Formats: sequence, C-alpha cells, structure tokens
Amino acid sequence: MIAEFGLAALWLAAALAALQLLAGSLSLTRGGEGFAAIVRPAAVVQGLLALVSFFALMVLFLRTDLSVQLVAMNSHSAKPFVFKLAGTWGNHEGSMLLWVMVMGLAGSLIALIERRLPERTMLATLAGQAFVSLGFYAFLLFSSNPFERLDPAPPQGAGLNPLLQDIGLAFHPPTLYLGYVGLSVAFSFAIGALITREVGPAFARAMRPWVLGAWVFLTVGITAGSYWAYYELGWGGWWFWDPVENASLMPWLAATALLHSASVLASRNALRAWTVMLGVVAFSMSMVGTFLVRSGILTSVHAFAVDPERGTFILVLLAINIGGALTLFGLRAATVTEGKRFALVSREGALVFNNVMLSAILGIVLFGTLYPLVTEAFDTRVSVGPPYFNPVSAIFFVPMLLVLMVGPLLRWRRDNLSRLRRRLVVPGLLLLAAVAALLAIGGIGVLPFIGLALAVALAAASLLPLRGRNLRRTPIATWGMVAAHFGIAVALFGAASESAFTKETLVAARVGDVTQVGPWQVRLDAIEPVAGPNWTAMRAGLSVRYGEGAVRQLKPQARSFWSPPQQTAESALLTRWNGQLYAVLGEEGEDGRWQLRLWWKPFVTLIWIGGLLIGLGGVLAIVAHVANDVRRSVAREKIADRRMRQGR
Amino acid sequence: MKLIVAILSLVWTPLAVAQDSVPPAPYAYRQLDDPALEAKAHDLMVTLRCLKCQSQSIADSDAPMAGDMRSQVRQRIAAGEEPEAIRAWLVERYGDYVSYSPRVTAMTWPLFAIPLVLLLVAALLLRKRFGRNVSE
Repeated sequence: MIAEFGLAALWLAAALAALQLLAGSLSLTRGGEGFAAIVRPAAVVQGLLALVSFFALMVLFLRTDLSVQLVAMNSHSAKPFVFKLAGTWGNHEGSMLLWVMVMGLAGSLIALIERRLPERTMLATLAGQAFVSLGFYAFLLFSSNPFERLDPAPPQGAGLNPLLQDIGLAFHPPTLYLGYVGLSVAFSFAIGALITREVGPAFARAMRPWVLGAWVFLTVGITAGSYWAYYELGWGGWWFWDPVENASLMPWLAATALLHSASVLASRNALRAWTVMLGVVAFSMSMVGTFLVRSGILTSVHAFAVDPERGTFILVLLAINIGGALTLFGLRAATVTEGKRFALVSREGALVFNNVMLSAILGIVLFGTLYPLVTEAFDTRVSVGPPYFNPVSAIFFVPMLLVLMVGPLLRWRRDNLSRLRRRLVVPGLLLLAAVAALLAIGGIGVLPFIGLALAVALAAASLLPLRGRNLRRTPIATWGMVAAHFGIAVALFGAASESAFTKETLVAARVGDVTQVGPWQVRLDAIEPVAGPNWTAMRAGLSVRYGEGAVRQLKPQARSFWSPPQQTAESALLTRWNGQLYAVLGEEGEDGRWQLRLWWKPFVTLIWIGGLLIGLGGVLAIVAHVANDVRRSVAREKIADRRMRQGR
Repeated sequence: MKLIVAILSLVWTPLAVAQDSVPPAPYAYRQLDDPALEAKAHDLMVTLRCLKCQSQSIADSDAPMAGDMRSQVRQRIAAGEEPEAIRAWLVERYGDYVSYSPRVTAMTWPLFAIPLVLLLVAALLLRKRFGRNVSE
C-alpha cells in the first residue's frame, strides 16, 4: 500500500509541476494574467507531494519491504538502522527521487518567501523551475520507478555495497545533491530574468543565497567525499581526478565563479550577461555531473550504476535544458547590457580575472574528463589523470591565487596598485622566507614547491582585509570572505605538504616486529579476529610512538562482509597537530607474516580543515546577506507604518 | 544488479583470489631497499593505471594485477631502467590506457592544444573587457 501511495503522490506532484509550468507560461502572455494566482500555490503543493513520496520510500526501506524491487536489490534486514535509512538514496532511483524532492521543496520555498523580484520575473522563474522538474519527474516515472513491485518477494535482500556502508558516505551523496539542486534554483532565476529582461541587482540578490547555499553544500560534499576516499579506500590517496570527483568539482568551480560575479552584480550592477551565463553554466555542470555518474558511461571508483537507457534519458534532458537555456541566452544577450563599467585595477577587475581563470580551469577539467570518451569512439583508449590535470590546471590556478592576494584589498570601480604596496610587504616577505626554507629542505617537486610557498603568502594576504578594522564591528560578510580565502590557503598547504613530505612503509611483519615510518615507531602486538553485525574481520593491534613520545594504540582491520560477500580494509588513523599516521592491515602471507601498510602524512588534515573553512566562509556570507535582507524589509515596514500613522 | 555485484566483487575481492593463484610477485607489497630508487618507482607507479580497477593507479590498488605491475616496475627500476622507458614498455604491452600521462599523438593533441586555446580566449576576453575603457 505504501508503495502505491508513494507512486500516486509522485504522479500528482508531476501533474502539479505541469500545471505550474502551464499557468506560469500563460500568466506571462497578454490576457493570461489571471493564471498568475495558481503558480505559487502549485509550486508549494508540488514540493510537499514530492516530500510525501520520498517519505513513503524511506518507510519502505526502514521496514525492509522486500516486495518492492528497489528495496530487495539494495537492502538487507541485517543492516544497521542508519544504513537502511541511507539505502533510500544510496541507489539510482532513490537518489533521483531525492533530487526531485529537494528541487520541489526549493521551489516551494521561493514561492513562499521570495517577494523582492518583479512578479513577472518570479512567475517566469517558477515556470522555469517546473520545466526542469518535469524532465526529472518523467525520468523517474517512465524509466526509473522507485516503487516497482517484485512478485514473488524474495526471502532476503541483496544488501548494500559494503564500501557504501560507512556513515560518511551515507550522507555524502545527498549533500552533493543539495548543491546540485540549489544550482537549479539559480538556473531558474537566470531563465526568469532572461525571459522578462530584468537582469539587475534585485535578481542577483534573490539568487545569491541559493548560489551560496548550493556552494556550501558542494564544498562540504567534496571535502567529505575526499576524506571518505582517503580513509576508506585504504591507500592514502585523497584526490584521484576521477571522473566522478570531477563531476562534483565542475559545478563547484562554476558556482564559485557565479557567486563572485553575482556579488558584483548585486552591489555594483555590473557583469549582468556574464552572471546570467554562469547561472546557466553552473546548473549545466550539475547535470553533466549527474549524467556522468548516473549513466555509468565512465568507469570509475564511485560509479555504481551501469545502465545505458538511463544515460540516454539524462543526456536528452541535458540537451533540452542546456540547449534551451543557451538559445534563450543567445536571443536575449543583445538586450542585456553589460552594466556599469570599471577599470582593470579594481575590485571588479580582480573578480573578472578570477572568474575567467576559474572558467578556464572548468574548461580543462571538463575537456580532460570527456576526452577519453571521444577517443574511445575512435577505438583508442587513453587515460587522463593527475600528470595531466595537476600541471595544466596550475597554469590558471597560480595566477588566480596571485590576484586573490590583492583583489579583496582593491576599491570598487578603479584603484591604484601602488597604494597597496606597503600592505603587501608581510605576505611578500613570507613568500620569500617560504621559498628559502623550501630550498633549504630540498628535493621537493615543482608543483608542491609552488603550492607550499603560495599557500604561506596567501594565508597572510587573506587576513589583510581585517587589518586596521575594529574586529567586533567588521561585517559578517567580510569575515566570511576572509575565512573562505584563508581556507583556500590552508587546504593548498595541506595538499602540497602531503604530496611533498609523505613517508611510506610497506612491510610483512610477524607479531612482535617493530618498523619505522617517518618519525614513528610501529610495533605489531597482536592479530585477533573480531565480528560486527554483518561482517567478520582480522584486527591488528599496533603500538605506535612518535619520536620519544607516549605509546599509543592503533587497530586497523581487514574486513569480510557476507551480504554481499566482499573484502574491505578498514584503515586506522592517528591524528597529531602536524599530520596523520595511516595504518592498513593487508593479507597474511604464506610464511605467516602480515602485510602492513603505513604512511606518515605531515599536515594532511589541513586539506579538509581548509575545505571546511571555505564552507564556513559561505555560511557566514549567507548569514550576513539574509540578516541584511531581513533588516531591510523590517526598515521598509517601519517606514510604511509611520507613513500610515502620519496619514491619520 | 547481479552483474554489478559480480564486477565489484571481482574488483574488491583480490585478497581471496590472490591466495588461490600463483604466489604473489616479490615486490607487490615490498619496497625497494634504496629509498631513492623506491621514490623513483613510486613516482612512476602513481601515474600508471590499474587496468582491473576503476580509476585507481597501481599504487592505490589491492588488485593482484596492480600488485604484479608494481613488482615489475620496482624490479625494472632496481635494474637501472629509466621510468619513461618502463612506461613506454607498459604502453606497448597494454596500450595508452595504462598511462595516466597522455602522450602527444594524432589522437590526443587536442588535450594539449586546449590549454593554449583557453589561454588565448582568456586573454581576448580580458582584453575586450578592459582594452577600450581604461581611459573612462
């Protein structure tokens, strides 16, 4: 019953999206204004129905209702509660339902609270949102129905891939999806503004919280995903330039550019066409990402779905949405003026430069990810990996970082670099000191060298906007910007340090053997069997000691899951302020010795701390903008109130 | 779905598989004694693709084939071969797919042209934006 109920709710939600699109479009025509009243309520109810449908699926998973095909294929009654819950979205159909649910709720929210935009733009925006949603409803209902029944019901489910039975990964995909879907709202705003030709500061202000929100989710999602790959795959790598990682990186790059250009548009009324264009590109990248992941067109660590029919469907959606949006942009671009002018050396100038660099990196990642598909069509298989992406993206990343050091210090419209010379003394000296120190250490590769030196200078430069200010009166938005830029420096330092200074030891050890990795002494004390709810494991007891410090314990496991049968290595990590010790237990050799893999990774944790700082910066920016909006609307009400009283 | 599980278990149960087959290659899980040579081998291994896995280098994989390849690379480095010679040997054996560092060929030259094109476009964009209104 619950399955049928969920399916009915999904159909109703789709019908309401169709109504929303129809009424929204008609209300923009002459004589159709009467339909306008339907649009907002339709958007609200559509979102609620999608939510109901998603809850229905969640209940099915919690009950492990094996008469539903999706549950039977992806769940198992012996699975812990939280993974039953995560099973709801840990598969293709469920994740697509999550997508339309979040998209529907986002539509409900803008229908309820967004009152700043001209009403016609708002109607066009909601119609655009309904159009995009409809594509996904069709996708769900016609080719990936999550509520499909299975007759007869199997006695037991197939289970969830053990690699995915990890608390981090349970919440990783929904985080990214929230980001993707947030960008769909930005896309709808861009479409709405293009249709009514109302591209201005009000449009940028309405769009900005959504872009920022999406960007925060993407940032946190990418950071968490990278940490997951780091500790779960058991080899200490944290970024592989894997197509699926690139699929989440591309929308992030576009969203980063978009939020910067949106803030120029909001406060300076400049970069109008560019901002709209980026709004279209950012969501397009989300769809490209979804296509790459969901179609299984690229073989990769994370691609757990392989089904060409679905791929084709998403590709068609992609073509319709992107093609339509770009056509609209082409038609309207001539009438959307660039907005206010500014000089090269100005805050806007620096932001434009960085926008162009981010777009170029986006181009590299997109091209490098898709190119192997092109050559495969000609029967040549090539791989494009870190040796390509690292140096080539650095061509654009390094100039961007240099501009990032001065950009936030520049004035709007036009400025003079010589004014900043004295303020840049400290970062400049730090850069020189870092270069000298790194030369003294020696043996560091070119890219890690540049990365470490620039990170040190950027860390100092990113704090400069706070200098000479009363810290308590500094606007929250400024704190947000400083946190995010400082986070870039922190993450860069961690990444470069990991690459330059990691020590690796692979040994076959007997119980009692002592080995060395970097400054650590590691002793294998014992090997013992342990069991969990749906796995058994061999666990190593390691005594580890940093230099002459205290002895501490580490217990890495080699796990065997039985539903489905699969082996994983559970790494054990020991975090110090200056890095992480990473231990993995491998297999037992024929001579009774156990494989141990040990790494000492100095400052590696800074990668993810930096990522979280960047996300924190985004959160502070949202808080600042929302607080401003609230203050502004309260002030407006007060003025209106006073006028009324004076009128009496 | 069964197929996926089958494929994944192929990829992810190398431990069980390895025990049934021939003894593992000597340097699959063992480093070279000379740290300089090991570093050289490691730098090469992270740029070689594990052919049995999904988007992992042979330095990041439990698959038996990746172990064999690691052993090959370490032994050849120890024998004094240059990393690029080993890469060329592997490419000849397994095709371009094995190397994460694409060569410039008739098929791959656009990969190397695109950064230049993007640089040019970026320069043009910035020039167009700022070239004419500096005096404003």
